[in-house]
Amino acid sequence: MNIVVCAKVVPLSSVTIQIDPATKRMVRKDVSQELDPQAAKAVEEALRLTEKQGGSVTVVVMGGDDATIGIRGALAMGATAAIHLSDPALAGSDALGTAKALAAAIRKEPFDLVICATESSDSYTGLVPGQLAQLLGVPPLTFATSLTVEGRTVTIKRQSEGGYDVVTSELPVLVTVTTGINEPRYPTLKGIMGAKKKEIRKYTAADLGLGPAEIGESGAREKVLTVGRPPARPAGTVIKDEGQGGKQIADFLANLKLI
Amino acid sequence: MDFVLTEQQELIRKEVATLARSFAPDYWLEKDRKAEYPWEFVKAFAAGGWLGIIIPEEYGGSGLGVTEASILLHEICAAGAGTSGASPIHFYVFPPMPLIKHGSGALKRRYLPRIATGEIVMSFGVTEPNAGTDTSRIETRAERRGDGFVVHGRKVWNTNARQATHMLLLARTAPRDPARPFTGMTLFFAEFDRSKITVREIEKMGRAAVDSNELFIEGLEIPADNVVGEIGRGFYHLLDSLNPERILTAIEAVGIGRAALERAVQYAKERVVFGRPIGQNQAVAHPLALAWAKLETAELMTMKAAWLFDHGRPCGAEANSAKLVAAEAGFDACDAAVQTHGGYGYAKEFHVERLWREIRLYKIAPISQQMVLNYLSEHVLGLPRSY
Repeated sequence: MNIVVCAKVVPLSSVTIQIDPATKRMVRKDVSQELDPQAAKAVEEALRLTEKQGGSVTVVVMGGDDATIGIRGALAMGATAAIHLSDPALAGSDALGTAKALAAAIRKEPFDLVICATESSDSYTGLVPGQLAQLLGVPPLTFATSLTVEGRTVTIKRQSEGGYDVVTSELPVLVTVTTGINEPRYPTLKGIMGAKKKEIRKYTAADLGLGPAEIGESGAREKVLTVGRPPARPAGTVIKDEGQGGKQIADFLANLKLI
Repeated sequence: MDFVLTEQQELIRKEVATLARSFAPDYWLEKDRKAEYPWEFVKAFAAGGWLGIIIPEEYGGSGLGVTEASILLHEICAAGAGTSGASPIHFYVFPPMPLIKHGSGALKRRYLPRIATGEIVMSFGVTEPNAGTDTSRIETRAERRGDGFVVHGRKVWNTNARQATHMLLLARTAPRDPARPFTGMTLFFAEFDRSKITVREIEKMGRAAVDSNELFIEGLEIPADNVVGEIGRGFYHLLDSLNPERILTAIEAVGIGRAALERAVQYAKERVVFGRPIGQNQAVAHPLALAWAKLETAELMTMKAAWLFDHGRPCGAEANSAKLVAAEAGFDACDAAVQTHGGYGYAKEFHVERLWREIRLYKIAPISQQMVLNYLSEHVLGLPRSY
């Protein structure tokens, strides 16, 4: 089974994200980056499937030159190969532009299954996987909390408000995985050593047959108008315990009909 | 000149940091309190293949250098593991080095793959009660008997002996010749035969999790095949352990200093006294800023020494200097961290007192600050020897 994992390389979670006021894009220059912890779960799920059934895991990443550290991270976990979509012309692409670029790269590969995180942990739009499935012409199975493949049949447990739905489809499909699906492995030192020897294929926009009408700032139909902080939360209620604290808390919660 | 880590080194740094930080400070507090060996930690690093970092690839390791081993130990210490976490791991780096560089093919094939997996637990038998840094005066002797050697003697400050399966052991195979005092000693890769070695633990100020011991060796038999390198040249082979040991303890001191500094800075931001965070006071801020600058400086010296060693160049002056400045910088950072915490710095639950106790060791071991200064005075500056 050939699995393609779409991954993003994002600023380290310990980094406070800055927004460039001119471009309204996240500042990525000189910021330490890593394989998105959400994407690591998609890689992990792909590795578990191929370890059981054989096959390959190809990781596709769109990002600047400094994204290679995250790509090597995915290879160190055990992915077979990686594709890096890197071109200044891709910068500023909106979700659809990103999906078009990913789709163009994935079409060059023989694939049975595409796995994505539900959303990236830097911009959280969650739009790309659905668009990508449409462009690839495969059904999207979303919000998977578990994923199994028997023969050509894929089964997921799809997270829902009250529990989960069981959804099945025939390959090829695109699956998005949720945060809780697994705990990704730590790359071993051997994995890190091996990652250095694995191939990272680079594609430019021209390699993908995409031009300014579809990708980059010029191709983007989404426009970021403003970026701001969420409104400050109103001050909470402070209860000082002078012997009646417990009762006061209980009354407060009862007022909100929580107890 | 390039100060940037390679992509591989950067990945090593990140992954070790993640793994080491999965062991919370309370884990180390508990190990220290109970004087329990951190097996869970060692096994996690064994499972990740990290113990084989310097073992050549043909023997099942990763064949990296002291530079990468330094990155490994720096991150372990910066995660708050202290010497309790660093010591069990660094025994997979510097004791095997003479075996890698000078051991016979057969010896390497027999032992190195088992060191890389962590199956072998090493200890290091050099220091003696009557010969500290004056190594040429060791009294432990190995006598030829048939196809092998029989060893009698005492060793002290032998770390890890309670767990060890093997020991890199230095013994005299010829009497001391005052004209050539460093010849006539031989290095052995010995199995730790507990019927011939009595281990007595030394209670100490810090690092209760990892034992330090006195050894009484009575009739330990070692096959001639287990001689590392040439008979009588053991001291010179041992230098390939001693310099990496200095480099690694230096980087550990830097890492421990950083762990303490991280806690102190956090505390200085959060602790409000007289209506403002204490870190707003220069008397609190400046020692922390100074600690940072000294740690950076010590790290540079240490990484230079590691680079020299890995490139097969002389590194005695640099390895010694690194140990000197790093022990100082690390201690100062831990001390400033305790001071920043005020009374809480003295409380175990804030973790800096443990680091303070542990790092004090590095002004003494593996070589005292004073002996480093003697070395630099004599061998770098060309001043007359004082002792």
